[in-house]
Amino acid sequence: MLTRPELGSLVGAIAVFCCFALAADGFLRASSLGTVLYASSTIGIMAVPVALLMIGGEFDLSAGVLVTSSALVSSMFSYQMTANVWVGVGVSLLVTLAVGAFNGIMLARTKLPSFIVTLGTFLMLTGLNLGLTKLVSGTVSTKTIADMEGFTTARALFASTLTVGGTHIKVTVLWWLALVALGSWILLRTRAGNWIFAVGGNENAARAVGVPVTRTKTALYTGVAFGAWICGQHLLFSYDVVQSGEGVGNELIYIIAAVIGGCLITGGHGSAVGSAVGALLFGMTSKGIVFAEWNPDWFKFFLGAMLLLATLLNTWVRRRAEASK
Amino acid sequence: MTRTDSRTALVELSGVSKHYGNVRALEGVSLEVHAGEITCVLGDNGAGKSTLIKIIAGLHRHDGGTLALDGEETRLASPREALDRGIATVHQDLAVVPLMPVWRNFFLGSEPRKGIGPFKRMDVDHMRRTTRAELLRMGIDLRDVDQPIGTLSGGERQCVAIARAVHFGAKVLVLDEPTAALGVKQSGVVLKYVSAARDEGLGVVFITHNPHHAYLVGDRFVLLKRGTMAGSHTRDSITLDELTRQMAGGTELDDLRHELQRPS
Ligand SMILES: Nc1ncnc2c1ncn2[C@@H]1O[C@H](COP(=O)(O)OP(=O)(O)OP(=O)(O)O)[C@@H](O)[C@H]1O
Ligand SMILES: [Mg+2]
Repeated sequence: MLTRPELGSLVGAIAVFCCFALAADGFLRASSLGTVLYASSTIGIMAVPVALLMIGGEFDLSAGVLVTSSALVSSMFSYQMTANVWVGVGVSLLVTLAVGAFNGIMLARTKLPSFIVTLGTFLMLTGLNLGLTKLVSGTVSTKTIADMEGFTTARALFASTLTVGGTHIKVTVLWWLALVALGSWILLRTRAGNWIFAVGGNENAARAVGVPVTRTKTALYTGVAFGAWICGQHLLFSYDVVQSGEGVGNELIYIIAAVIGGCLITGGHGSAVGSAVGALLFGMTSKGIVFAEWNPDWFKFFLGAMLLLATLLNTWVRRRAEASK
Repeated sequence: MTRTDSRTALVELSGVSKHYGNVRALEGVSLEVHAGEITCVLGDNGAGKSTLIKIIAGLHRHDGGTLALDGEETRLASPREALDRGIATVHQDLAVVPLMPVWRNFFLGSEPRKGIGPFKRMDVDHMRRTTRAELLRMGIDLRDVDQPIGTLSGGERQCVAIARAVHFGAKVLVLDEPTAALGVKQSGVVLKYVSAARDEGLGVVFITHNPHHAYLVGDRFVLLKRGTMAGSHTRDSITLDELTRQMAGGTELDDLRHELQRPS
């Protein structure tokens, strides 16, 4: 139980799966599976780095709008400066990572709670997204880049659909799986993973034995930024324009997925696989309700109930682990 | 005293002071740590004991006086630097991460790795095995090194922290009140391990407010009182009774006894 943070959410996921398999006729069809996986993957790609950050003891409220910022930078830079979208994609990566590093460095310098620091970034990015887009293109959305050089190759990488045994699987599912594998590898097998658990579990202790706390946290924030970059490019290349107001509120969804997957909100405990199960629960519930032809208003209710259950379970786990402290 | 003074001390503080804003935590404190010896620092709550060792451990910088390692004057910039120079500290709060498995805690900050390039990874098998073996050496037989360290008893956690310091080849071992929260038996285990570390040639700084524990193992005794030095003795220049008396406040205790005397 203690070593497997994702176990509780796994039980929940199986229960939800069975529930919709019985209640919704179309749920078990291969095409539905593709839809559910796609919905899960767009959350899951972000849930992995957000979970790692939470294990490291911090939040990032700017993660949702950063996805939009990343897409906007890519699109607008390509449109205004060059004729090749790959240049925009590259510039977007640098800008997005810089925002992540900014969060980490601000946190270390000001010693304010990450809730405040990233709330600031969140508001500033929300304003910048809308303001700059209007300034540059005159409307709330960007101009299409579909006719530019490199669009097809970029779309293949970020937004294509693969057919596996008759099922249409979006390429984001592969990105998601790769990130889960990478996140698990880092957490369980590398020195960096040891440091992530330590800075989240007891920051002062970690510092006292020589763990580079600031460097670890800044790296975690750039990790979130990397996820935002992938999601942002997907957003851009699935269509060819970006709405500048999107993304607000998604940061909470990522956090919820991580928490449902067994991450302790206070840090020090959790897993990448758990965040994936959390994202899957999210995808299954949001799409399952549609397949079952229920009123979608129930979705939020389910989500709230799952979040409470998961948090109660996690708290109980931590109490037992720290019982003798 | 003459026996050891000819050698250079591993750690030597002279006239060290430290202020936290307006609070004077330390003023003109001197102490020596020699290889194969235990230097005890005694003092009441708030006397500045933890502040003193935080300076030795590189967590705080001193404002006045000098800190010399192997005779060379220095100023430690970080805990990492102190560790690299062979000073391992077991803090009062132990510096362990309660939710992390014992083996991860044991190697935290100094993880052994294998593999190359992007496949560089922790040598998990080696870490598990070493943790088990090192703890067994101290007489702690853990069923499972994967259990969170928070589930161990206070004494066991203390021993893990000490074993960790010794394993990483410390020259100087600094212990902040290792026996404070422990029962008689567990204190005994910790004291035995402290003297074992001394016999292996380490210099030990042992902080406590228990003069009995100090006198059992100590070679030198430094008494702190509200941030200043109230006394510095070698083992052959002081008796347990005298140490206890000074520690308990010396003349203040006589006054207290006088005040508390029942009217007859
Ligand atoms: N970070 C800090 N900021 C301000 N004052 C501090 C700080 N740390 C310690 N002090 C003050 O310095 C003095 C010495 O504290 P210190 O922790 O060194 O005492 P101690 O001898 O270790 O006590 P104890 O036996 O309770 O552990 C105390 O008056 C304390 O309030
Ligand atoms: Mg103290």
